[in-house]
Amino acid sequence: MKKHNKYNSEVTGAEALILALLDENVTDIFGYPGGAIMPVYDALYDYMDKLNHYLVRHEQGATHAAQGYSRVSKKPGVVLATSGPGATNLITGIADAQIDSTPLVCITGQVASHLLGTDAFQETDVLGISMPITKWNIQVTKAEDIAPAIAKAFYIATSGRPGPVLVDITKDAQFGKTNYQYKKCESIRSYVPYPKVNIEDITMAANLINEAERPFILCGHGVLLSGAEKQLLELAEKANIPVASTLLGLSTFPPENPLYVGYLGMHGNYGPNLLTNECDVLIAIGMRFDDRVTGNVSKYAKQAKVVHFEIDPSEVNKIIQADIAVLGDAKESLELLLPKIKSKNRKEWLKRFEECNVIEDEKVIRQAINPDSEKLRMAEVIDKFHKISEGDAIVVTDVGQHQMITSRYYKFNQPNHFVTSGGLGTMGFGLPAAIGAKVALPNKEVVTVLGDGGFQMTIQELGTIMQSNIAVKIIVLNNNFLGMVRQWQQLFFDRRYSFTEMKNPDFIAVAAGYGIKGKKVTKRDDLYQAIKEMYEAKEAYLLEVVVENEENVFPMVTTGAGVSEIILE
Amino acid sequence: MKTTYTISIFTEDSIGLLNRITIIFTRRHINIESITASESEVKGIYRYTIVVTVTKILVENLVKQIDKQIEVLKAFYHVNSEIVSREIALYKVSSNALRENDLFIKIINDNHAKILSVSNDYVVIEKTGDEVGISQLFKDLEKFGVLEFARSGKVAITKPMKTLTTYLKEIESNSKITIKNYNSN
Repeated sequence: MKKHNKYNSEVTGAEALILALLDENVTDIFGYPGGAIMPVYDALYDYMDKLNHYLVRHEQGATHAAQGYSRVSKKPGVVLATSGPGATNLITGIADAQIDSTPLVCITGQVASHLLGTDAFQETDVLGISMPITKWNIQVTKAEDIAPAIAKAFYIATSGRPGPVLVDITKDAQFGKTNYQYKKCESIRSYVPYPKVNIEDITMAANLINEAERPFILCGHGVLLSGAEKQLLELAEKANIPVASTLLGLSTFPPENPLYVGYLGMHGNYGPNLLTNECDVLIAIGMRFDDRVTGNVSKYAKQAKVVHFEIDPSEVNKIIQADIAVLGDAKESLELLLPKIKSKNRKEWLKRFEECNVIEDEKVIRQAINPDSEKLRMAEVIDKFHKISEGDAIVVTDVGQHQMITSRYYKFNQPNHFVTSGGLGTMGFGLPAAIGAKVALPNKEVVTVLGDGGFQMTIQELGTIMQSNIAVKIIVLNNNFLGMVRQWQQLFFDRRYSFTEMKNPDFIAVAAGYGIKGKKVTKRDDLYQAIKEMYEAKEAYLLEVVVENEENVFPMVTTGAGVSEIILE
Repeated sequence: MKTTYTISIFTEDSIGLLNRITIIFTRRHINIESITASESEVKGIYRYTIVVTVTKILVENLVKQIDKQIEVLKAFYHVNSEIVSREIALYKVSSNALRENDLFIKIINDNHAKILSVSNDYVVIEKTGDEVGISQLFKDLEKFGVLEFARSGKVAITKPMKTLTTYLKEIESNSKITIKNYNSN
């Protein structure tokens, strides 16, 4: 390994990039080499003792792995790719990270600066392509500009509402020489990441909450991002306010707490959806009223006053008009709010949620986790997995029916233990995201729940697992359908199953080809033991569970319906 | 109800930022009626003036999404009564117009326009004004045949007295507020 006196010594731009990553305390990178990023990979060769590089099998996998890494560790994810196709393959993951507020620093190689704009080999305008889906991006054409660009990139990605950034570095900048010096970016004059909390807004919010008879808290990803879990718990407990979570907010609030009333949205719990339209004050914290949460907005919480705690001013009044908007970091805002909150008994209101729970339990949950059907159902798999792992696993899902079932039936004990693609709904997210999560927290059990469709979108990442010995556990809920689309076809397109049936490979044999152990389960009697075996395995493991082909996820808020029109069957 | 809004955006001098801003409009299928860009009264800070006709809720959302871009210092929106604005238009007509000299000169004078350049083949006329006046002159000149017509897009000065430098100071001081939510920063 190379010995270097990094400060004030002349290095190449490529080496400056590596040194800058080290100065940002980066320990892990997900990437794939290629022509225009070769100088960086060459520099990386000398730093293998300090930087772990995980070679993915497709650049999309690198972005999702970096997302999984970031979501469980609260460190930014770092991605390295070449120009042209390498860069365009990042786009899906970057878009996913943008809509789900995940900090990624993506570094792409670019053709030499004199070739820019000439349709050179593997040239693509990645700056232009990534503009609508990055929080910020920049092209660097000189070696001396690399370190400052990286400093800015990390600052922007991780501050305020986090998001992905992209730094495109031309090959001549990588080859060029520069005196390396690193100065961390601490502010940018045109960028206000944390709006100053207005204390008058806090007082007004507190008054509204204190007067409320039927207040209702909706907690979103923003609570996790700002680390405000304790403050949220304190607020709920102090004032006896029921709390429901968005998809990305899951794992924020302790599931066994009597004030936790469940999961919001299209396939969420009955009570939280129905009673959104009965509360008198809706307290939204770190969430953005996604259409999967609101259903038809013209029928959403019309009776309620809305208090919106939000870090991003552009989210306020975007979908739902707020009566009081508190701009700022959730933790800071809640800390200011707490002393002004009065204790109040809200037994009658909480009872409404219990009543709804009883109904949902009777009509949906009991049958789902203890079915009398011959074939296995998805919910019983997740329920057993939850019991075996005692709610302690880091759970990563793909997108579709299995994702909704996992969100409904797994109860997370600890924050940041659930990783899923929410806003973008990216099939293929699960497997690579789980790889990233396991790399970030190697001592935690990371289990990814996938459908047979999504698994095959990034199935090549089994190669990454094999090469880097990443002990990810995989549950494939195989119904031989693109289940969520099939459900919609059944309910809204007259059972015309247009291209949703899947002819699948032998997944166990595919895994075996990558040296990954596996087991296929079709019978209820074998299920518990098989999950236990998977969970307790020391290495990567694939458990394929063959489930009912045409199962539907309920409850459901159908398109165009209001949240209180949620159907149970 | 849709209204015409003039959006003023103050930005750092940064490659690609204009593209980032126009994407916000194209995403929502909004047509930009006019757009101009120039350096502002503060050196190194640029001013874009964009005119759109949208609802109030939409313009508020658009301006917040513009303001959110890292290199945007501040974005504002104004209705016509809150700004003083002008645009410039150039008209090229055939020099045959000079044969009807009296009428031609009258049109130019009535419209407060002026002749910028005369050659054997054509005359170029310049007019500074608002949209209505510029369209009126176009109509009046049509009888001579307008060979070419170009307008600059609106430039605007706002009536409120708070200066850009005051805003800049506020933004700069707010930009220093830091909270460490991530292990790296």
